[in-house]
Amino acid sequence: MSERRKIHPVVTMLALPSLLLLYLPLVAVAVYSVNSARIGLVWEGFTLRWYRELLHNEAMLDAARNTMILGLVSTAIATVLGTLLALGLARFPWPKPIARTLDVIVDLPVVTPDIIFAAAMVIAFSMLRSLWAGFVPGMLAMVIGHVTFQISFVALVVRSRLVLIGPTLMEAGRDLYASSFYLFRKVTLPLLLPAIVAGAMLAFTLSLDDFVISFFTAGPKSNTLPILIYSAQRRGLSPQIHAISTLIVILTVALVLGLERFTRYRKA
Amino acid sequence: MWYGHWVSRRRLLGRATSLIASGILWLLLFLVLPGVVLVVVAFMSRDADGQIVWSATTENFRRLLGFGILGWSADNGWIFLRSLWVAGVTTLVAVGLAYPTAFFIAASSPRLRYVWLSLVVVPMCTNLVVRTYAWELLLSPQLPPSMFAAWLGLIEPGRALYPNPGAVYVGLASTALPFAVLPLYTNVERLDWAIVEAAEDLYASRTRVFFQAILPQTLPGLSVAVILTFVPACGMFVITDRLGGSNFWLVGNLIQQQFGPSRDIPYGSAVCIVLIVLTLLGLYLYRRRGKAIELV
Repeated sequence: MSERRKIHPVVTMLALPSLLLLYLPLVAVAVYSVNSARIGLVWEGFTLRWYRELLHNEAMLDAARNTMILGLVSTAIATVLGTLLALGLARFPWPKPIARTLDVIVDLPVVTPDIIFAAAMVIAFSMLRSLWAGFVPGMLAMVIGHVTFQISFVALVVRSRLVLIGPTLMEAGRDLYASSFYLFRKVTLPLLLPAIVAGAMLAFTLSLDDFVISFFTAGPKSNTLPILIYSAQRRGLSPQIHAISTLIVILTVALVLGLERFTRYRKA
Repeated sequence: MWYGHWVSRRRLLGRATSLIASGILWLLLFLVLPGVVLVVVAFMSRDADGQIVWSATTENFRRLLGFGILGWSADNGWIFLRSLWVAGVTTLVAVGLAYPTAFFIAASSPRLRYVWLSLVVVPMCTNLVVRTYAWELLLSPQLPPSMFAAWLGLIEPGRALYPNPGAVYVGLASTALPFAVLPLYTNVERLDWAIVEAAEDLYASRTRVFFQAILPQTLPGLSVAVILTFVPACGMFVITDRLGGSNFWLVGNLIQQQFGPSRDIPYGSAVCIVLIVLTLLGLYLYRRRGKAIELV
């Protein structure tokens, strides 16, 4: 890029509606989550009551627990598999056609619309069920579903870091007779760690962001927070839902900011 | 690259294979294979319990075209046309808003740029259900948007702005917006302003500078933005379900209905194929037009 350009104030004015469109609804929910009126949207003063009530809402706590378990377990599995995948793809002289096929497979979850992805999951699980009758929709199915799309994102993040690091340091290590395990532990892993953390955080963010895949694969006892909100919506607005929605947004903000920290190297 | 003691190519690839085996097998087992089965299932039928009956038929595709037990109906035709139309309007609004936004972000100082980009990314990473719920709240009767619409005479006073096609457009456009801003920003950031200056030096009018020096340079970003907003909009069902009411279905709602309440997986798979074809078309266009823009 050549130097920064001054832009016309009209462009700035045109950019403003974008931010309003993105944030007005979220701000409204946050504002009404601390409004003491139980019914209706008249402002009756500040309260944290709805947040306190969340702690006594069994269904809500259960859904929050499920959301966390789903996110953490799937992220752990996907981070390991995705990192291995990235190492295997980036560091070896794969023949061209094989490399291209592998790339397509890894990119597939990224480009598949989530509803198609969810449909494929339903079919995968009904296949599994015909092999093993004990496999019912529920937490296990949801974890498998989430891992399947998370793997690719972890692999993409870690792989781009591997490309950035380049082969020189590993080659130097080998020249000095480092064993491959020693090399991995002392050179590759420390260099790669920020990317692995970033990949894991992205995976967790995506898990928290997902509704469609969980909705298609959830069982009767494995409500997550998004599923709970979706079904509560049928009964109309409620201050507790405002509160939990606000908490989800806050968690998302924290994750995005954390993610930015660990991907800073891209700029350098 | 130099591999030290792994001298033979075979050992090298053996090692690489052991690294990728678990991940690739996982993807093959849970995505590629089911994807292939989905296409096959689209040519099957089901019994009364929703179990798949393995005998080939083209019945699902006849139904897709509107030929049902009760004769031909235009319902599906309307759903497909509406999906294309709604996705088109969504794309137009989202990309139209994203275009100036991308320039605005690219023109701010490097530190502010990160703030703006984070502000765009946060809603993108916020759960769709939460954002749809937030729209329901904002469009409630007691809040300014509805009151303003009532004052304009667009809706009856005391009514919410949803369920309403307009609410669907707003919801979809706000969902698609970040996906349009990011590729456009990547593009605008790398714009060659020397060309713009040259045009200005040669006394090109403002419109001409835009259409001949700026717009052509942003075409790769624009095409990625269009693809990333159009295809997902067709497959959306949460927003249409909540903000559009029961008679404003898109392809996504049709699929959800089959995989959910109707338990008609073969027919649902057939509908999926329509969306898959659309996605592949989008990817093909992306490969041809937008290669310069990284998606991740």
